[in-house]
Amino acid sequence: MSIRHSLLALLSEGPKYGFQLRQEFEASTGEIWPLNVGQVYTTLQRLERDGLASSDDVEDVERQKNYRITELGSVELSRWLRTPPDLSEPPRDELVIKVLVASRLPDVDVYEVIQVHRRYIVQLMQQWTHLKEDESHFDLAFALAVDAELFRLDAVVRWLDAADGRLHRAALEPAPEDHVALPSIRRRTGAHR
Amino acid sequence: MSMLELRKISKSYGQGANEVDALTDIDLSVERGSLVAIMGPSGSGKSTLLTIAGSLEEPTSGDVVIDGVRLSGMSRNDKARLRRRSIGYVFQDFNLLAGLTAVENVSLPLELDGVSLKKARSKGMEALERLGLGDRATNYPDQLSGGERQRVAIARAVVGERSLLLADEPSGALDSLNGEAVMRMILSACHGGVAAVVVTHDAKLASWADRVVFLRDGKAVDETLPPPTPEELLAPDVPNPA
Repeated sequence: MSIRHSLLALLSEGPKYGFQLRQEFEASTGEIWPLNVGQVYTTLQRLERDGLASSDDVEDVERQKNYRITELGSVELSRWLRTPPDLSEPPRDELVIKVLVASRLPDVDVYEVIQVHRRYIVQLMQQWTHLKEDESHFDLAFALAVDAELFRLDAVVRWLDAADGRLHRAALEPAPEDHVALPSIRRRTGAHR
Repeated sequence: MSMLELRKISKSYGQGANEVDALTDIDLSVERGSLVAIMGPSGSGKSTLLTIAGSLEEPTSGDVVIDGVRLSGMSRNDKARLRRRSIGYVFQDFNLLAGLTAVENVSLPLELDGVSLKKARSKGMEALERLGLGDRATNYPDQLSGGERQRVAIARAVVGERSLLLADEPSGALDSLNGEAVMRMILSACHGGVAAVVVTHDAKLASWADRVVFLRDGKAVDETLPPPTPEELLAPDVPNPA
């Protein structure tokens, strides 16, 4: 997640102090991603170095610098918002690798391995759902961030379910010898940077 | 005392070489006020488990105990009465009667149970209002959206003094926000003292439950640990989702 661009977005609303930026960053992300004040100041220094933000030369009475977005910063923010993150290449997902490895080891029950992960993820989902259960303190940013996390975890459970079903089917119909090698995902999807 | 207790429930279909075990030795206990989800792939026995829990089908062996009463010793009529009075069902395709309005659908189980028309309708209205559908009471099912139809189905399932709610993929083809609304309603019924069992293959729905039981090939293979309390969530030695 880009702290750099999130801070630019907050500065695009008007000039702000570092401490204020930290508070507003946490509030705008439903307080799901805590940010330490050191990260804020390091990022602000870099934004200034790159000409994307500027600050007052003098600190005010409370020894705080006021930061504002530059024109170049606004252009960069607009470019970033519209640039899709790179999803073309499959991430090196640890869970996927664990299941692939478990499916090849003769002494390991791959279904039991899948179930351990499935239960853990459903428990995590219960915790997230529990957090949004109380609607009396509804916070839109928080609800959006929790939904994103639930959908992400749900996709993992769906993949585990599909893997479970596929492995069962494969066990009933053993693959021909020449199909035993792990497929090259990169080659098959044609994914490249 | 549990509202629903399944003791060593097994169910098989067919005979001899064609015999198929749909469920094997299932033990499940659901307290009043709690929501239990049953997760499993298609064919794992989820729906069979629900129909047996709701006395719509007989187990091959084992006992179903509802509110302390064993079903195996009961006559058909007594079972039918128990179903009408204590058990509410929600199915994925809503199962509303097309020729009846929303309030008529909701009050039907009470009328069938001999409650006077006036009283049944008033209880039906109450249930609809609780689910925010008071202004849709005289609409027919085809005049309602999918989400509204499912809310009517939930109102029908909890109308009167029903204390066991059984739901089979209750969010059906609804989008995720409507699915969430359905689970909130079921949860709210639980907070009012109802015991609920939801079978689903959808982890997002199951995550509303206090406990998730995983079914595989007719066997309960695993279940989640109870969710941590807020105090436990804040304790440093428990993994926090953040």
